[in-house]
Amino acid sequence: MVYQRINSNRKIKMSFLELQNITKIYPNGTKAVNETSLNIDNGEFVVFVGPSGCGKSTLLRMIAGLEDITNGEISLDGNVINNIDPSERDVAMVFQNYALYPHMSVFNNMAYGLKNRGISKEEINNKVNDVAKLLEIDQLLTRKPSMLSGGQRQRVAMGRAIVRNPKIFLFDEPLSNLDAKLRNQMRLEIKRLQRQMGVTSIFVTHDQTEAMTLGDRIVVINNGVVEQVGTPKEIYSKPYTKFVAEFIGSPQMNLFNCKIENGIAHIADMRINLNNSANIDDASLGIRPDDILISDNGQHTCVANLVEYLGSDMIIYSKIGDQEFSCKLSSKINLNAGDTFKFDISNTLVHLFDNTNGSRV
Amino acid sequence: MKFKPLEILTHIILILGVLLMVLPIWFSFATSTHDNVSIMTEGMKFFLGESFSQNYNEVLNEKGGWSEEVTAARMFVNSFIMALGIATLKVVISAMSAYALVYFRFKLAVPIFWLIFITLLVPLEVRIFPSYKIVSDLGLTNTYTGLILPLVASATATFFFRQFYKTIPDELLESAKLDGANSWRFFIDFLLPLSKTMLAAMFIFMFVYGYSQYLWPLIMTTDEKYWTVVMGMKIIFTENYEGVALPRTGERFAYIILSMLPPVLVVVILQRWFIKGLIQTEK
Repeated sequence: MVYQRINSNRKIKMSFLELQNITKIYPNGTKAVNETSLNIDNGEFVVFVGPSGCGKSTLLRMIAGLEDITNGEISLDGNVINNIDPSERDVAMVFQNYALYPHMSVFNNMAYGLKNRGISKEEINNKVNDVAKLLEIDQLLTRKPSMLSGGQRQRVAMGRAIVRNPKIFLFDEPLSNLDAKLRNQMRLEIKRLQRQMGVTSIFVTHDQTEAMTLGDRIVVINNGVVEQVGTPKEIYSKPYTKFVAEFIGSPQMNLFNCKIENGIAHIADMRINLNNSANIDDASLGIRPDDILISDNGQHTCVANLVEYLGSDMIIYSKIGDQEFSCKLSSKINLNAGDTFKFDISNTLVHLFDNTNGSRV
Repeated sequence: MKFKPLEILTHIILILGVLLMVLPIWFSFATSTHDNVSIMTEGMKFFLGESFSQNYNEVLNEKGGWSEEVTAARMFVNSFIMALGIATLKVVISAMSAYALVYFRFKLAVPIFWLIFITLLVPLEVRIFPSYKIVSDLGLTNTYTGLILPLVASATATFFFRQFYKTIPDELLESAKLDGANSWRFFIDFLLPLSKTMLAAMFIFMFVYGYSQYLWPLIMTTDEKYWTVVMGMKIIFTENYEGVALPRTGERFAYIILSMLPPVLVVVILQRWFIKGLIQTEK
């Protein structure tokens, strides 16, 4: 593969990108990122996900060098890059609004970074043409960005990053300006390209679907703190904190405030045997809407307050005591609003969190 | 086709406006093509006369002034050099200082900006004696440098460039940085091409400003070789006025018409750029 980065003199045992106790405090006193440490391997696709304002973009911008680091150390490929100019870090970034150069043709947009590196015209021509073909934008090279559609602009922005053959790709919510259909298409394409080129990539998004589908590993960030790092599967099946549990998964995980005595959870007048000996006064019991098992001989009975029909699935909204919950089930089951239904909550499928610190029990 | 009353009214107003602006110029032009006798006896003309080539020839080539050496052609060259110098330097300096004010986040950027802005309250006419003193101490009287230099700073243009740069998204700068552009390259490769329209507009305004300077060249130049067109308007073809000869109204009108041409040409040439720029920056 032409664009594969050869990494012969990589130091053993050292991660490709290392973040050590990174802290960012803005001049106005806001703490955007707090003591974050993270190791990313070469060729890995890592997604930073979290609600808006959680510090994920700041973290990315610090890696790019667009934001000063208040405290901590970032090293890339064995070198500390804290004080290295963004242009010399050898990173490429795709911005949310693409930041294409409006006065330059697509070709010049892609060639600009190469020109600044003093690469010969011929080589620039070859590189740009190769990448343009790869992204299927070779017909557009003479156009100005204002003459392109959203999807095409996105491709040009990607092309501009790819053509530089950087050590790391940084994506700052690049899909959020596209419509749903195009977004899915581009998502697949980004994944395919990243696999093909094997370049380490960091992708920032607030969209959990993007996070789950793109990432080899996901970093869930909240309030400037990393809540959990793991593969999509780990994050989904074993969230470390209440925040992660709620943030990942759609529809959102049900969390019941409850009291646990000798391994039995008390939710209003419902009892669930957790098959352990836990004793927690203030706990949250989480269960994903599709993990609630509906059957005619279920132990618990509730009334469906609202039924949302989604085609193959439907979502039922109901209440236990005064706590609302939802369950997702196949729409083949005949259930209407106002009907009662029976269900089981299996203790192997629940997630238990201590409300005092939000962490998993 | 049916016109609404409002449309008719707006058109009438527009047409009146056009006439108001064009008629005096037309009268001047028509008058400039008549000989002095008929102007003297019949007043301003609406129709063209027969002395066009004679009048314009005399205007351009006749030597005037006290030294009887300076021609109108010479004054046109002087004015052109002065206006061009002022406009070019004003645009370049303002664009660069606005760049410094917007992109280099030094502590005093805002106070400095307001300091520059305040100079709008101190036009050349107000500071003309100190300016003259400085220029003459530097030995720059009767030079093009002396004509141009005191007028090259522009608060207005700095202000407009600053406002324009502020509308350019930060991502563009960041992206350029990642692409290896340093501050100088960013200015040359991004800000200048992006502000093409603005540059053209500023150049037009500043050219006209430089061209129509009267007081400064009048004070600055004692040597007739450095006279400008606008000064000449007062001085040229007046030498015989108090004598027995007829006032040379035809030539003077011809001179006025000619003096209007350079700014008009600059506008006509640059407006293409101007409009092209407007179309291209559309998102």
